[in-house]
Amino acid sequence: MSCHTVARAEDPPAASSRRTVAVVGPPNSGKTTLYNRLTGLRQKVGNFPGVTVEHHIGYLRDANGDEVALIDLPGIYSLVPRSEDERVAVDVLHGAMPGMPRPDGVIVVLNSNNLNTHLVLAARVIALGLPTLVLLNMADELHKQNGAVDVLALARQLGTAVALVSATTGLGLEAVTNFLAASSPAPEPLELPVLGSTRSVREWAVRASENANYRRPATPVWTTRLDNIFLHRTWGPVIFAGVVIAVFQMIFVAGKPLQDLLQRFLDATGAWVGPMMPDGLLRSLVINGVWKGTGSVLVFLPQILLLFLVIGILEDSGYLARAAVIADRTMSRVGLNGKSFIPLLSAYACAVPAIMATRTIESKRDRLATILIAPFMTCSARLPVYTMVIAAFLPSQPVLGPFLNTRAAAMLGLYVLGFLMAVLTARLLKSTVLKSKDAPFILEMPPYRWPRLSSLGMRLVDRGKAFLYRAGTVIMLVSLLLWAATNFPMHNGQPPAIQDSVVASVGHAIEPVIRPLGFDWKIGVGLVTSLAAREVIIATLGTLNGIDVASHSLDLQNALLHELTLPGAVALLVFFAFAMQCMSTLAVVRRETNSWKWPAVQFAYMTVVAYVAAFAAYRIAGYFIH
Amino acid sequence: MELKMIFNFIFRRKPHRHSDSSALADLPVGVRAIVQELQLDHPIAEHLMNLGFIPGLEVSVERSGPGGDPRVYRVEGTEVAIRRELSRHIHVSLVGAPAFGD
Repeated sequence: MSCHTVARAEDPPAASSRRTVAVVGPPNSGKTTLYNRLTGLRQKVGNFPGVTVEHHIGYLRDANGDEVALIDLPGIYSLVPRSEDERVAVDVLHGAMPGMPRPDGVIVVLNSNNLNTHLVLAARVIALGLPTLVLLNMADELHKQNGAVDVLALARQLGTAVALVSATTGLGLEAVTNFLAASSPAPEPLELPVLGSTRSVREWAVRASENANYRRPATPVWTTRLDNIFLHRTWGPVIFAGVVIAVFQMIFVAGKPLQDLLQRFLDATGAWVGPMMPDGLLRSLVINGVWKGTGSVLVFLPQILLLFLVIGILEDSGYLARAAVIADRTMSRVGLNGKSFIPLLSAYACAVPAIMATRTIESKRDRLATILIAPFMTCSARLPVYTMVIAAFLPSQPVLGPFLNTRAAAMLGLYVLGFLMAVLTARLLKSTVLKSKDAPFILEMPPYRWPRLSSLGMRLVDRGKAFLYRAGTVIMLVSLLLWAATNFPMHNGQPPAIQDSVVASVGHAIEPVIRPLGFDWKIGVGLVTSLAAREVIIATLGTLNGIDVASHSLDLQNALLHELTLPGAVALLVFFAFAMQCMSTLAVVRRETNSWKWPAVQFAYMTVVAYVAAFAAYRIAGYFIH
Repeated sequence: MELKMIFNFIFRRKPHRHSDSSALADLPVGVRAIVQELQLDHPIAEHLMNLGFIPGLEVSVERSGPGGDPRVYRVEGTEVAIRRELSRHIHVSLVGAPAFGD
């Protein structure tokens, strides 16, 4: 008899209507890989109402050819509703989640290499009384490391169907379609110590696996060997620094040109399609509204996909957990943990993929804190603004011999400024609203594995789709609003000059507020349009001054000299260092926290900080210059 | 060794106390010990127990992070990195003389 035979009681005939089956399992059980293997691309992401927890619904056909909906629940260790993840899983399994019927069955995914620990969760789930299939995943690793288990005996112990499977090789997965085809009976009430303490359930688990002749596999030698290097006192940090530099380079050196290329392509297609349409409002709407809006969504994709490719490789290989251990000591000084390091680092390229990357942080509070401070990191969209203003106001003079001139020093100063504000905000958050006494740094270290192309690909598709559908729609909407604000009110069917548009009125309206910072209404208009993306302020100031920025950037620098005083320029730089001038980031924060609350808080906080700091900078600079 | 542990574990025998219990954070790398008590708030203790830090089970200090903190511990098949601020509150007794028959 093969070892992955499904042991099950008699099969009653399958139900005719589409059934839903929930998939649960602890983190590091390979649940997601298994889920992706079963449903492939036939899945969609959703959020449960009122919580940040995300779930996937995917479809597959059972052995009878009937379609079954599989719900992927968050990775959990127990059914004691302690965290948001566990509360969601418990609610779904009890049928208490609004808008989701109680599932018709449960598939519990366990790591067969760690059976004693993982059977504790299985016992809790079986006790719910739903038809249950227990999958012992990673059978390939179990066999390779000389482990063994008798599934039939274990099925007798658990009173449910049990199968030994491997999500990576596909071994034994027919057990799932067979299970789905049969409306299996609810598990017979066993002497499961379901109401007992974790300790008593664990004792039962040890007995059950003993009775199933479970032989725990040996620790993979390679994991120990690699850890000797990657967590070595000296080599560990050196390799870590190398990986960090590689990630950074990848996003900047490969991501930025890809982004520029895509932007040029979108501009070119717009310029190509434009003349085919009659001149007028419709053409303007299509080219400058819809197409530009599409462009401002799509330009993020190269960076998002690249970052998730890199993070996917780091996470699937097991290195991400080691990197977190190495970065933890430094990050703990600002009240965060090691897992925040990579997302914060990638925020130097762009906050949008960085905020999406925070999902590797298990602690909800640490994740939120990381999301809230990420936009303070100097992203690449700030660079054109910094470059333009610095070049206009600061003559290039050597500061530290040939190594550093005044302009580079100013740029460096702005980087440091953003970083310091991020640290300060993290401290503030972690000592007040996001204090996380209940979620200290506890991190399971998975063994090293080769990342699988299919799993990396699924992740990219998943993240790309999530960004386009959820954040993309918001970005598109704001782009259209900005388009409307610059194209109305119309005069004789013609869009107005920007000086007469709605956005100019907004600029005039906010002028009294920004006057104390040394900004006039034109800068005000730039602040509004830069919500689309920070660098848009340059093009706007160009239009307002009748200058083509692409060919006459020196003219714009001269125009800026008339527009702003030197203290005003300093204030503008400080304002851009701190302000949340990016609707795409706000859209992504909304998408990742599943509420408007946090993006609103973040926008308000960053704007206030930027305003106060710019005001202070204006006054201090004014004092020294006079 | 393995069997003895399971035996102790199932029959709730107090493992042999070599000396007074000490904190997991104080053990040097490479040492094995038996978990005695988790003096931590319930949710954290529960989370550690779900990972395998259950009184009566063996834990070993696998390695230390480059800065000495956090450190990596092994319980059965699981390796877990924990900061010292937490492992200070996990009380253990050293694995010493035979546990039963004495």
